[in-house]
Amino acid sequence: MPKGAGWRITLIIGFIALSCVYLVPTLMPQLPSWWKGLLPKDKISLGLDLQGGTHLVMEVETQKAVEGTLDLVATDLEDTLSAKNLRYKRISRTGADKVSIVLYEKETAAAVQKLLKDKYRDYEQVSSVEEGGMIGLQLRMKDEDIQDRKDKAVAQALETIRNRIDQFGVSEPVIARQGINQIVVQLPGIKDPQRAIDLIGRTARLEFKMVKEGVSPTGGMIPEDAEVLYERISDPVTGAVSETPFVVQKKALITGDLLTDAQVRIDSQFNQPYVSIEFNSLGGRLFDQVTAANVGKRFAIVLDSNVYSAPVIRERISGGSAQISGNFTEKTASDLAIVLRAGALPAPVKVIQNVTVGASLGKDSIDKGLMAGLVGVLLVIVFMAIYYKMSGLVANLGMVLNILYLMGALAALGATLTLPGIAAIVLLVGMSVDSNVIIFERIREELRLGKSPKAALDAGYDRAFLTIMDSHVTALITAAVLFQFGTGPVKGFAVSLSLGIIINLFTSLTGTRVIFDLFLHRGQVKKLSI
Amino acid sequence: MFEIFGKTKLNIDFIGKRKFSFVISTIIALIGIFAIVQIALGNANLGIDFTGGTSVQLQFDKPVALADARKALHDGGLGEVELQEITDGNKLLVKLGKKNQLAVGKAAEVIPAAFAKALPGLQVTVDSTTEIGPAIGDKLRKDTLIAVAISMLGIICYIAWRFDFRFGIGAVAATLHDILAMFAVYYLFGKEFNLLFITAVLTIAGYSLTDTVVIFDRIRENLHKDLKGALHTIFNRSINETLSRTIITSMTTFMAAGALFFLGGSVIHDFAFALLTGVLVATYSSVFVASPVVIMLEERAQRKADGAAQAPAAV
Repeated sequence: MPKGAGWRITLIIGFIALSCVYLVPTLMPQLPSWWKGLLPKDKISLGLDLQGGTHLVMEVETQKAVEGTLDLVATDLEDTLSAKNLRYKRISRTGADKVSIVLYEKETAAAVQKLLKDKYRDYEQVSSVEEGGMIGLQLRMKDEDIQDRKDKAVAQALETIRNRIDQFGVSEPVIARQGINQIVVQLPGIKDPQRAIDLIGRTARLEFKMVKEGVSPTGGMIPEDAEVLYERISDPVTGAVSETPFVVQKKALITGDLLTDAQVRIDSQFNQPYVSIEFNSLGGRLFDQVTAANVGKRFAIVLDSNVYSAPVIRERISGGSAQISGNFTEKTASDLAIVLRAGALPAPVKVIQNVTVGASLGKDSIDKGLMAGLVGVLLVIVFMAIYYKMSGLVANLGMVLNILYLMGALAALGATLTLPGIAAIVLLVGMSVDSNVIIFERIREELRLGKSPKAALDAGYDRAFLTIMDSHVTALITAAVLFQFGTGPVKGFAVSLSLGIIINLFTSLTGTRVIFDLFLHRGQVKKLSI
Repeated sequence: MFEIFGKTKLNIDFIGKRKFSFVISTIIALIGIFAIVQIALGNANLGIDFTGGTSVQLQFDKPVALADARKALHDGGLGEVELQEITDGNKLLVKLGKKNQLAVGKAAEVIPAAFAKALPGLQVTVDSTTEIGPAIGDKLRKDTLIAVAISMLGIICYIAWRFDFRFGIGAVAATLHDILAMFAVYYLFGKEFNLLFITAVLTIAGYSLTDTVVIFDRIRENLHKDLKGALHTIFNRSINETLSRTIITSMTTFMAAGALFFLGGSVIHDFAFALLTGVLVATYSSVFVASPVVIMLEERAQRKADGAAQAPAAV
C-alpha cells in the first residue's frame, strides 16, 4: 500500500460509517429497541417550506406590562389609603413610568410620603408638586426595574404561549425567544393555522366587573370610575356583528389569575357549549363575597375588553366555580378554555410576521425538489463519466461521498432541511465536480508535457491544491455571512452550503486522491484513463 | 482523451477584445444600476420580505379570470392588490402592500372569504400565506445590505492578501458586474426581488469569485515562470489554459441548476432562474472582465512608472 494511504482510507471509511450511523434516525421511522445509549437520535427535520406549517414572529408589547404593573400599584395605593383614612383626590398612572397621587392636605402628604417610602422601596419618589392648592406626589419606577419587568414579561409570554400550544396539540413545535422582545413560534404540519394564530395571539385577560346600573352607555356622562365595553355577537348565518354596550366599573373585582381550571361543558337544555371555570381558594372566597353583596345586580364577564356575558346575580355563589356562556361553537369554547387554563399573557402580543405554507404545497416542493436534485446529480454523473472516463467515475464517487457526508453532518447537527437547502446540495454537486475538474485538467496538462502518470498526478494535485483552497475559502466567506444574517430558509441554505464546502475540501483533496494512489501503486501504469 | 478543444493549443486573444467586452459590460452594469435605483424608488417588483405586507397563494378548483379575482377582492374591501398568475394549476398569488390596514394574521381568513362571497361554488384552498410586518421588512432589508457589504469586504481582503491589490480590484469588479447583471436580468424579466434572490446573488458572488480565482492562480503561476514575458501574453495564455476547466465547470453547474429550474417546482423556480443567469454571467466575467481589469490597472501603473511626462491614455 502506498505511504500514508492507510490512515486516509481509514478516515474515509470511518466517516462513511459515522454518516450512516447518524442517518439511521432520519431514515428509520421507528428506531429499534436496542438503539439507545450513545447512539444518535437527532435527525434531519424538514423545514416548514417542505412539510407545511406556520412560522410566526410575535412582538410582546412590553411597555404594556410595565403599565399594567403601575396600574396595579395605583389600585393597591387607593385601597391602602382608603383603609388608613387618608383622603386623596386622585391616584393614577401617568406617563410610561410613574404613578401620581393628588392629595388635599399637607398633613396627609407627610403621612403618605412615609407610607410610600416604607411600602414601595424599589420606587423613587419624585419631588412633590403643588397644583391648585393640592399636593401632588409621584412614584417613579426605576429604569432597571422597568427593564426587568419587560424582560420577565417576555419570558412569561413565552411560557404561556408554550402552554397554550401544548394544550392545542401540535407535534414538535418550536417556541423561542428572539432578540429583546420577540418570540418565534413554528408549528409544523398544522391544519388550521388561522385558529392557532388567534389562540396564541390572544391576551386572554379575564375580568369580572360590576355593571353600573342607571347609567346610559350611549348618552350622558360616564362616571370617572366606569367605562363602556361592548358585547359583540356575530350571527352565524349572515356574519353580521351586533354590539351591545355596557357601562361597567373600571376596577375588576376578580381576575383570571385566580383560576385553577377551565373546561368546556355542554348545556343540556339548549345543547350549547359553555366554559366552566374553577377558582382557587382566594378566588372562590372573593367570588362568594361579591355575589353575596350584589344579589340582583348584573356583573360582566370581560375578556380582553370584550363583554362575553353580563348575567344577573340570582343568588350567592359559594362553590368556587362559575360558567362563561356566550355565543360559542365547540371550537371557540374549547379555545377559550385553553387560553384560560394556560393563563393570560402579561402583555398583549402582536404578530409581526406570519409565513404559512400549506401541506400540499410543501409536499409538492419536496417531491419536485428531490426529483430535480436527483436528475441534476445524474446528469452530472453521466457527463463526468463520459468526459473523464475512469477518472470521471472516481470524481463521481467523491461526489456521492460528499452528499453522504453532508447528509450525515446535517443529521448529526439535527439541522433542518429547507428547499434552499436542497438547492445548496445541488450546488455542492457542482462544486465537488469543479474541484475534480481543476485537478483533472491540470493532470491532463502535465500528461501532455510528457510526464508519467504518477508524476502528472502528483503535480496535478499539488498545483491544484492552492487554487481549490482559495476558491473554497472565498465561497466559505459568503456562506458564513449568509448564515450570520440570514433567517429561516436562507439560514438553512447557508448551513448546508458551509458544511458542503468543508466536506468537499476533504473529499477532493484526500478522498479521490487515495483511489488514484492505490491504482498507480500497482506496478507500472502506462496510461491514466482521464 | 475526450477534450473540448482537442489537441489544438488554444490561443484566443481575450485581453485584446477588452474594449469590446468593456462596452457590453458597461451596458449591462448600467441596466443593473438602473434596476437598483428603481428598487430604491419602489418601482420594481419587490417581494414582501422587503416591503412588508401580505402575500397569499391560492388554489382554485377551476380557472378564475384575473378581472373576476380583482373584482372579488375589491368587493371584499381589498382595493389595492397585486395579482400574479402561477403557471401550473389554477393558482393565484395575491399581494397586498403594507398600506392595507389588514392586521397581521388575518389575511388567510379575509381573502378566501372575499372569493367565497363573490364567486359562490368556487373551491378556494390557501397554499401559503406570508405576512411581514413593516418593522420586519425594514430590518430584513437592512440586514441584507449589511450581509452583502460584509461578504464583499471579506472577499476583497482575502484576495488582496492572497494576490495583490490590483487583482483584488479585478475580482471585485467582476463580482460586482455579475451582481449588477443579475439585477438587470431580473428587472428586465419582471421577476420578484426577494430574500431568495439575494441568496442566489450571494451564492453567485461566491461562484464567480471561484471562477476568477482559478484564472488568477494560473496567472500568478505563469508570472513566476516567465518573468520577462509581456503581461498581455501571459494573461492570455493563462486564460486559455484554464478555459476548458471554466467551460466544463460552468456546464456541470448549469446542468444541476437547470434541473432545479425545470423540475424544482414553483417555489424554487425563480431562485433557479437567478442561479442560471448568474452562472452564465459569472463565466463571462471571469474571462472578459476580471483579468482585463487587472491588466488595465497594471499597464496604467507601468505607464506612470515609465514616465510621468506622458499623459495616461484613456482605455
